[in-house]
Amino acid sequence: MTALGESQLLTPSADRGRSRARGLHRAKLVEKLAFAGLWLAAAVTVLPVLLILAIMTAKGARALTWTFLSSVQEGIFPAVVGTVLLVGLTTVIAAPLGVMAAIYLSEYARPGPAVRLIRLAIVNLAGVPSVVYGLFGLALFVTLLHFGRSLLAGACTLALLVLPLVISASEEALRQVPRGLREGSLALGATRLQTVRKIVLPNALPGILTGLILAIGRAAGETAPILFTAAFYALSSPFPKSLLSPVLALPYQIYVMATEVPNVPPEHKWGAALVLVLVVLGLNLVAIVLRTRMRAKRRW
Amino acid sequence: MERPRPILRPEGPIVVETVGLNVHYGSFHALREVSAAFAANHITALIGPSGCGKSTYLRCFNRMNDLIEGARVSGQVLLEGEDVNTPETDVVELRRRVGMVFQAPNPFPMSIFDNIAYGPRLQGVREHSRLEEIVERSLRAAALWDEVKDKLRQTAIALSGGQQQRMCIARALAVEPEILLMDEPCSALDPTATFHIEELMLELKQRYTIIIVTHNMYQASRVSDYTGFFLLGELIEYDRTEKIFEGPADPRTDDYIRGRFG
Repeated sequence: MTALGESQLLTPSADRGRSRARGLHRAKLVEKLAFAGLWLAAAVTVLPVLLILAIMTAKGARALTWTFLSSVQEGIFPAVVGTVLLVGLTTVIAAPLGVMAAIYLSEYARPGPAVRLIRLAIVNLAGVPSVVYGLFGLALFVTLLHFGRSLLAGACTLALLVLPLVISASEEALRQVPRGLREGSLALGATRLQTVRKIVLPNALPGILTGLILAIGRAAGETAPILFTAAFYALSSPFPKSLLSPVLALPYQIYVMATEVPNVPPEHKWGAALVLVLVVLGLNLVAIVLRTRMRAKRRW
Repeated sequence: MERPRPILRPEGPIVVETVGLNVHYGSFHALREVSAAFAANHITALIGPSGCGKSTYLRCFNRMNDLIEGARVSGQVLLEGEDVNTPETDVVELRRRVGMVFQAPNPFPMSIFDNIAYGPRLQGVREHSRLEEIVERSLRAAALWDEVKDKLRQTAIALSGGQQQRMCIARALAVEPEILLMDEPCSALDPTATFHIEELMLELKQRYTIIIVTHNMYQASRVSDYTGFFLLGELIEYDRTEKIFEGPADPRTDDYIRGRFG
């Protein structure tokens, strides 16, 4: 005790002041360095997006003529139609399934082994590589269920791929609806289902839609899941005649143009890729706008 | 074992009573052997420090504890002599008979009209003129009609906190309950809005039986006819409000109302 007191007394106060100033100086320097490092990390994540857009625009913008977009023989029109059909059917399958699963998990399920198992499955489903979905779709939908290589088989496979996305986004949106609203509805003599239909779902809808659009964007860009299940490249039958016909699709067409077909003008490859990227980015943009508007509107 | 406490049975008709009611949340014993009877057309206040079980008790009357994970309720809740704490009870029907107003105003994000018409519509009332009639009657009963009659189609979210809470009362009245449970209905409101709600309660007891949980002892003494004091999940004392505030029998009640704890 005494020794400590003495040593403090012996330390000249001016010296202590100086060392504290030095310490402060160092702290400020470290702060600046840390800020620079963090900023750089953030910038690096933006850079690739800008680069991708810039390069593809530079190389592909010239190809974006009306003929390129709308011609069956010389353009990518069948692939665009195919992708729209695939994505549309995927949504029709995944949206009700995903939203209903989310409603079950958020509004009905009681915590227990069953729910833990479902959540584990969803997390794992989200982590499965897309090529595995492709092979699984080939085995289940194409072969076992005899859908053949078709629009239906591809959409089913894509639906499985986006299901975890739809479920987690919907569950999150449902959870955002305040507990007070649910209790208020139940206290007025509403059943659980009436409460979900009249109070919970309408208020969660914007969030659910946002998740859905992001999922659609994901489905539109995936190649591997449709590689064995739906996509083909034959201009002899550019448009599918039924749910059981194979389809052309943008991601697959890009893949084929880049790897298998000789003499494709390079700007066509880039042009097709640019269209795909613009479609996906556009969808994401819609989702972001929707989310912002919803946030601005929501005042409980 | 403790010996059972004598149960006060208010004079006049009894609407609802609990017999040996216990609530457990997991391993936590939140409510212990609560027995009490509630007089029709009177206001009963439940007071006590935070976590004493008074809100838990209130939520037994309309089975809102069913919604809470891990809550177990045992004992009887007799609504007009019939036990409603059984698996066979129609909870939806029960909640129509026992309305509830919550601590924080919880208007649905829809128009004032749709908020009030929510309950009646659930019961299948579709006719617009009938709904209009119910909405007006309920808003008048909640002393809100004059303030909102020109903006029934506007969103209820835009109302002030006090108006929202009166709208929630109107919404509860629209299903014509027998009992109105109020869980600290004024804790989120300013003094003026609180005064409005208290006036309203005195008005409403002509037609309804009101059980209110409150943190505010002045409120309990101002509006209630009977007061129950809860401590650590037990109903320590239950008597006429004057008796509780002027000469409580239990020293713990005395300590609490004198502000020595809680």
